[in-house]
Amino acid sequence: MTGVSRSMSFFKTILFLLVVIAIFSPSDLLAQETRSVSDRLIRTLSLQDYNTRIVLMGTCLLGISGGVVGTFMLLRKRSLVGDVVGHASLPGIGIAYLVMESIEPGSGKSLPGLLTGAFVSGLCGALCTLAIKHYTRIKDDAALAIVLSIFFGVGVALFTIVQRMSTGNAAGLHQFVFGKTSSLLANDVKLFAGLAVLVILVTVFLFKEMTILSFDQEFAHAQGWPVLLLDSLLMGLIVLVTVIGLQSVGLLLVVALPVIPAAAARFWTDSLRTMSWISAAIGGVSAIAGVILSATFPLLSTGPMIVLSGSLLFTISMLFGTQRGVITRLRRLRISRIRHGRLDLLRACYEHLEQNLPEGMMLHSDQMTDRMLTLNSLLSRRTWKPARVQSLLNRAIRDDLLIRQGEAGYQLTAEGATKAVRAARNHRMWELFLIRYAEIAPSHVDRDADMIEHVLSPEVLEELETALGQQYPHLRVPDSPHAI
Amino acid sequence: MSQSQLEQMRAEHPASSPLSIHDMTVAYQRKPVLWDIDYDAPAGKLVAIVGPNGAGKSTLIKAALDLVPRISGMVLMFGQPYGKERQRIAYVPQRGSVDWDFPVSARQVVEMGLYRKIGWFRPVTKKYKQQALEALDRVGLVDYADRQISQLSGGQQQRVFLARALVQDADLYLMDEPFIGVDAATERAIVDLLRELRSAGKTALVVHHDLQTVTEYFDEVMLLNMRIVAAGAVEEVFTEDNLRATYGGKLALLEQVGHRMKLSEMGE
Repeated sequence: MTGVSRSMSFFKTILFLLVVIAIFSPSDLLAQETRSVSDRLIRTLSLQDYNTRIVLMGTCLLGISGGVVGTFMLLRKRSLVGDVVGHASLPGIGIAYLVMESIEPGSGKSLPGLLTGAFVSGLCGALCTLAIKHYTRIKDDAALAIVLSIFFGVGVALFTIVQRMSTGNAAGLHQFVFGKTSSLLANDVKLFAGLAVLVILVTVFLFKEMTILSFDQEFAHAQGWPVLLLDSLLMGLIVLVTVIGLQSVGLLLVVALPVIPAAAARFWTDSLRTMSWISAAIGGVSAIAGVILSATFPLLSTGPMIVLSGSLLFTISMLFGTQRGVITRLRRLRISRIRHGRLDLLRACYEHLEQNLPEGMMLHSDQMTDRMLTLNSLLSRRTWKPARVQSLLNRAIRDDLLIRQGEAGYQLTAEGATKAVRAARNHRMWELFLIRYAEIAPSHVDRDADMIEHVLSPEVLEELETALGQQYPHLRVPDSPHAI
Repeated sequence: MSQSQLEQMRAEHPASSPLSIHDMTVAYQRKPVLWDIDYDAPAGKLVAIVGPNGAGKSTLIKAALDLVPRISGMVLMFGQPYGKERQRIAYVPQRGSVDWDFPVSARQVVEMGLYRKIGWFRPVTKKYKQQALEALDRVGLVDYADRQISQLSGGQQQRVFLARALVQDADLYLMDEPFIGVDAATERAIVDLLRELRSAGKTALVVHHDLQTVTEYFDEVMLLNMRIVAAGAVEEVFTEDNLRATYGGKLALLEQVGHRMKLSEMGE
């Protein structure tokens, strides 16, 4: 099975399920009569209302398509373009309404017509930013701000005109600004769902092409990919997601639909494929959550609820994401601090045991296990506080590197002794390397080596071994190049 | 490029050359940075492109690859316009040109070199994944295949880029500063690789910044400072006089004219 066909079959399954739900549940004629919150929640969750079912299906697909496109939008650094597209769609809606009304009065609110208008003017907005950037010296951020406000301004002006001239049936147009999912009709949703599926399919089929476009445009160009076409296609997908999100979320918030799930997904993974899966899932889940919330509490409108659900998932991802989440990073930091502390302690043990040795003799790890260490003897090895040493000692005992002997004595275990020799050897090898190859004065190397030995990777250690290893074979610990 | 232009150019340049540049002038953001470049790369040789900062070294490669528009001039690769022989050419961009925080692994970056061969819509199959691994092996990074690229050192990232070019199995390699900011191990690996390519009859044009190593690493050199000062075998061309002409300050006038052209083009 290939990746694409696997993804395809997954999407097919989801679509199939949604269609099944829509067709087979009993149609409901009592939709508006529910009373209590729990009642409504149950009704929503059990998909008893035909309307809820339809809205859930449509918004879920919308959320998924947003998440999928958002991945590439984020990686291609086009997030703000999405915001421009949202705002820039407003004049298109106004113009489309006016045109349709003038052709055939009363037909102004035909959704396909309005969405076409939104699509065209959203695309114009996106192209304008690119043109301004290309032909003038105005920088990226300014170009975005200019286009966004000009288009939005024109749109607001047009809406005022529409409202003055119209006979009151233009009122529904405002739902494009703030979004109003509950106003969706079954036919509308079918249109949205179709477009969302189109967006998802195009992205899945062009996954590889979008990857190379987002990662290394010049290389893609040199390889002969039609970069301009691909870029326009991605832009088209962004505009499409924005436009189909307009009625549910509203143009002010619609940028959240693709960007928030993608940004949240990045915290969980370093793999692009996984990232788009997670992003799609977060998009779909937040859409569903938003619809359920607003169906349960009719005062809360769907758009903001979708965005807030997404924000909640984003916050969770930011904190707990397994790759880049804040808490994950703090935990990694803590683990490395513990490792550093252990290295410091073991080296101090080694240095303490070494000092009583006759000149020229070398300390073997098996001799180290039967000698006594005390807190005070270790305290004098470095500038560290007794509490710190004590906590390091306690941890080392827990890790079976030390054992307690009597009241205040400690002994290294065999494992601890081996690791202590390692730590001391690495430290001194690095010191010697600094003195010999980096020409740093012996009196200065201790601190440098101290910082660096904590981050020595196996590869670097290997290089150290090739540079200096022959002089100190069989894990021999070099004599310290400076007074300890 | 019209047929007659093509014929004329073919008459003036050796057909055997993997890369022929005819009378090329290139502007970068409307400012000419390369003037009247006329050059034929020798087949099967390692060529260093050397010159001071802002001499147009990277631009030369990019213009040859159609990444930067040419004001005038023509480029033939293996006697054909670029589009026709694309699969015989591999490009190694500067390492700094991409975002290394991108969520892909080393192997996936190398696979990008195969995307064109795989073709539209098709996924990367096992066969291609294997090829990518082999290319990573050639640059000594097979153990790092599944690491996310931000976890690699600068030198390792550069080697991933080289592997991405290798996997294309091209005949002409255009490399933009592969030696910049790399460790000694990577430098050795790149040099070995270049020699391997040469003994397989391939040609490489390499933008190079380290004058010390030109003689050791390369067969031919192009000394560039907005125009070609000299080009040819290293032992003939890489002379003190030529270097002085390349790195000396004599080109202030050319730079000044270029700047004026930019201003007039911009309507200022």
